[in-house]
Amino acid sequence: MTLGGWIIMIVSVCSVTCLFSWCIHKVLTTPEEEEDKMHGFEIETPDTKK
Amino acid sequence: MSSSHPKESWNSRIGIILAVSGSAVGLGNFLRFPGLAAKHGGGAFMLAYFVSFLIIGLSICWAEWAMGRAGGQKGRNSSPGILAAITGQSNYKYFGVIGVLIPVMIYMYYVYIEAWCLGYSVNFLAGNLDFSNGEEASAFFGAFVGAGADGSAFGFGIKQVGWFLVAVFILNFILIYRGLSRGIELFCKYAMPALMVLAFVVLIRVLTIGTPDPANPDLNVNNGLGYMWNPSKTIVESRSSDGAWAKINEVVGDNAIATATAQAAADESLRVRKVSLTQQLLNFQLWLDAAGQIFFSLSIGFGVIINYSSYLKRKDDVVLSGLAATSANEFCEVGLGGLMTVPAAFTFLGIAGATGSTLGLGFNALPMVFASMPAGALFGFLFFFLLFLAAVTSSLSMLQPGIAFLEESMDIDRKKSVSVLGIITALGSGFVVYFSKDLKALDTIDFWVGTFLIFVLATIQIIIFGWVIGIKRGLKMANQGALFKVPPIYGIIMKYVTPTFLLIIFALWTIQNVFGYNILTGEQDYSSYVKDLFIQPNGVARFSVVLIILVAAFFTILTAIAPKFKSNDEGGNAK
Repeated sequence: MTLGGWIIMIVSVCSVTCLFSWCIHKVLTTPEEEEDKMHGFEIETPDTKK
Repeated sequence: MSSSHPKESWNSRIGIILAVSGSAVGLGNFLRFPGLAAKHGGGAFMLAYFVSFLIIGLSICWAEWAMGRAGGQKGRNSSPGILAAITGQSNYKYFGVIGVLIPVMIYMYYVYIEAWCLGYSVNFLAGNLDFSNGEEASAFFGAFVGAGADGSAFGFGIKQVGWFLVAVFILNFILIYRGLSRGIELFCKYAMPALMVLAFVVLIRVLTIGTPDPANPDLNVNNGLGYMWNPSKTIVESRSSDGAWAKINEVVGDNAIATATAQAAADESLRVRKVSLTQQLLNFQLWLDAAGQIFFSLSIGFGVIINYSSYLKRKDDVVLSGLAATSANEFCEVGLGGLMTVPAAFTFLGIAGATGSTLGLGFNALPMVFASMPAGALFGFLFFFLLFLAAVTSSLSMLQPGIAFLEESMDIDRKKSVSVLGIITALGSGFVVYFSKDLKALDTIDFWVGTFLIFVLATIQIIIFGWVIGIKRGLKMANQGALFKVPPIYGIIMKYVTPTFLLIIFALWTIQNVFGYNILTGEQDYSSYVKDLFIQPNGVARFSVVLIILVAAFFTILTAIAPKFKSNDEGGNAK
């Protein structure tokens, strides 16, 4: 394999590996958002506040 | 989704990412990609490949994820329902029929190939694949798949595909019957990591092969990798009587190049020429192959992503999930497949063994490679089992769009839709497997559905996203709940560049592969697929196309009469 071949192989393999690792890291470390809860009426109304 | 049936959803974000990447990772990652990269020269091909990834791959992937989730929020999970709901125009449901037809038709022959993978892995364990030459490997393959005569594939010995086909068919339908989270997601959560571990094991074995035959020092793993990744190629050409030079073969390795150079010096009708990276980049076939590989590898335009993402929740991140799923596919393709199969085939069989069709490389060349290496039975089993896992994760994804469509269009529950789809696909697979001579039915359906229609659907989807929904609203849909947003430049890319690039590639592909027009030489010879239908009619090819039309007609009728597709009452207008 030529030097050019080594460079292309290493750059290609490293770039997809880094992208994949970064994505999986983000997916696993970012908390999933909870769905909005449907609210009923507020128990505490403004007029009850002091 | 019928209001009378419980709405399905994914259990976790990593679950759907593994399911989508599982759908994308298949035989093409380990067999087709390395073959194309080696054919065109690693450097030039990878450049075109990454450009295609950025322009076509990511664009259509994000568009499908966003449209699917939006359709799911409107209570639709099937491609016709989603397209009608998100455009607010009922007639778009008919474009969506293609998104059901493609996965269902492909499943009919893909499950057959899946059975080959399982059969080969079992036969390696049983010690039945100890080939000493190419003829033995070809003979075994032909007998195993029934390529010799129609009807001969229905054999039920260990060296025939019958039992394996029954086993994989049942496995697929058990998993699909269990549903999204307990079937597809659960299986992919174990199968995808297992597949990657198996690939690593085989990869380490390949990279430590060294020079297996001291009598042929050029046949070593270093040159195998060079054949795949070197940016320039050395070719031997001969001069014909009219003075034109034509390529004879490619040479790799110092000794082989020195020998070829010496021969050329002694013979004026021969010459050795180096083809640079720039020269290769000027070859339009390279761009066509790179774009095609990105296209087919990522499962875009397939009807699967739009269906899978419709089960997402409103605030699920489709930008990161889409990128994660495509990057997983790229990792398997470039990082694992790119280092494994072609270098192994070159090291044991030379260039002649490392070139050829995807199936030829996979089921003829590689079994010989494993038969030649120490502990080859074990590594052969591991490799074909990893292909089998990759195939199952893909075939499962082909069933879910059909399930969702039948549930919506016939207003039935999952149990009934699994039964209906089971009958349709069993009949279709039976047709493909029965007409196994020269794999004619498989090849015909693969061409017209697995290639032609995928181009059509992807083009329709990106045009709907960029022009019907509108790029501003489309990107807003995609960015909802996203950790990071789709880069703004993609607004221009998705609206103008991707459709243009796709239409050009599709036009060139059609001109070349359907009408058989050679753009470089100007010669024309209709492709065998057109000849089979119109010029030299072939009964099996015609029946295969009739089967496609029948299934398409059935789905179209269901789409036309289904109350849920007649209006957007349930989901309302997305606009």
